[in-house]
Amino acid sequence: MRSTSAPNTSAARPESFQLKGGLFPMTLLELKTVDLSVLAAELRARVTESPAFFQHTPVVLGFEQLKEDPDALNLIQLRDLCQQLGLIPTAIKGGSSEQEQQAYALGLAALPKGKAKGATTVETAPPPTRERRTSATQPEAATPTTGTTQVIDTPIRSGQQIYVPGDLIILSSVSAGAEILADGNIHVYGALRGRALAGLQGDETARVFCQSQEAELIAIAGHYLVDEDLRSQHWKAATQAYCVGGKLIIAPLS
Amino acid sequence: MGKTTTSSSISSGLALRGHKTAVIDFDIGLRNLDLIMNVERRVVYDFVNVINGESTLKQALIKDKRTENLFILPASQTRDKDALTVEGVERVLKELAELGFEYIICDSPAGIEHGAFMALYFADEAVVVANPEVSSVRDSDRILGILQSKSRKAELGERVIEHLLITRYNPERAAKGEMLGVKDVEEILATKLLGVIPECETVLKASNQGTPVIYDAESKAGKAYGDAVDRLLGKEVEHRFLDPEHRGLFSRLFRRGV
Ligand SMILES: Nc1ncnc2c1ncn2[C@@H]1O[C@H](COP(=O)(O)OP(=O)(O)OP(=O)(O)O)[C@@H](O)[C@H]1O
Ligand SMILES: [Mg+2]
Repeated sequence: MRSTSAPNTSAARPESFQLKGGLFPMTLLELKTVDLSVLAAELRARVTESPAFFQHTPVVLGFEQLKEDPDALNLIQLRDLCQQLGLIPTAIKGGSSEQEQQAYALGLAALPKGKAKGATTVETAPPPTRERRTSATQPEAATPTTGTTQVIDTPIRSGQQIYVPGDLIILSSVSAGAEILADGNIHVYGALRGRALAGLQGDETARVFCQSQEAELIAIAGHYLVDEDLRSQHWKAATQAYCVGGKLIIAPLS
Repeated sequence: MGKTTTSSSISSGLALRGHKTAVIDFDIGLRNLDLIMNVERRVVYDFVNVINGESTLKQALIKDKRTENLFILPASQTRDKDALTVEGVERVLKELAELGFEYIICDSPAGIEHGAFMALYFADEAVVVANPEVSSVRDSDRILGILQSKSRKAELGERVIEHLLITRYNPERAAKGEMLGVKDVEEILATKLLGVIPECETVLKASNQGTPVIYDAESKAGKAYGDAVDRLLGKEVEHRFLDPEHRGLFSRLFRRGV
């Protein structure tokens, strides 16, 4: 904190906070039924399948694909069900105006019907700059945000999914059937046998490094390689993957 | 494959070494453990009866006839898997601990469904049984993931101690590349090896007779289970039966020739 700042901090430049636009990935739980017992059973089965995905994952509850009367849905029970399963409901999408009022009462936001803004932004590839996360929607002058770095020192097992809104460093192996996702770079100091997706929000300068390339899929900013393309390129060698002109290159690390 | 065989032999081995041990069958609806332990005709009450309060734990526990320290809690044949509740299982495990049981072995059903989840949820240590084939190793990998993310220990921010037990291992076939080798499985699962149980016809014979194979001191599988129990108890024991047997000079020379 600068001690020289004017005592009457103007409302235009508050020191206690900064408002920034941000794009955060969010899972949409698109409901197909208002029958919560059916939903509960199928969601539970999903939890046993990929438990890691359900750990404190924020979700938007989508009502647009409901064929039944959406007002038949018990929003309180739906919220409780999500919470029991480790999801964090944050908003509803495409509800009736009564539901929106109910959502507000429950501390949930209400998003309008239609395509989410975030989804379109991810599809149009942003310029490959480090600051892209803060550039598009940021009202104030862009100061590059250092994305969080997460270090994990245990193996990522089949069925697990890890997402980090920054760089991801794994000090062990990533199993076949596991998926690791990062907005930034991915480092695997072990064998990469599963799926690795870096630059998830479109950063083409992101890279994937691994000690032994045995991956099922490697993707950077949506450009990906699978199967034969990976097997024929430095298989089981220490490699890095990076993007040149929209093409993914696998090169040995040496 | 080999979980129930392993549960019966490890629980017997622990009891034989003087530890008061209980073994619980979580495979509701199938009931295999009591057959392998030869107590199926003595089952009156089962695990689900205890959970539902239809019998006491003491009424349901069956004392093993071969060793002092071993008790079996059989599964129900008639109930639905959902009869196992987290609260019910926790209560039974607590009560067993209060009765002075040092080891409680939970025999998990196959898959990653409710029964398997119940069997692993309260685990302090887990013996993950894998066969040396890709699909089995993948399943074990998933179970390890669930252990470290969904168990009680994981919820508390702690870790379940993992042990890898490779079973139905055939060194000849592994050497020919028809099966994964021990090193491959160990490397893929990145978990400490507790033991390697060879594929052995004595296992089927033992389960037909209702005697856990660990009692068969002549058989390789019996010896390998004995070693695994010793390792579980903290002893350093060298692994054996990992390599193909030498078939005399001639066959070795012959093989080298090709
Ligand atoms: N080391 C071994 N050598 C030969 N056969 C074995 C060995 N271990 C287990 N088997 C055989 O494999 C079969 C399955 O074993 P077991 O019942 O222990 O598996 P399980 O994992 O408990 O199966 P389930 O998932 O159905 O409960 C049995 O016929 C058993 O005799
Ligand atoms: Mg079994």
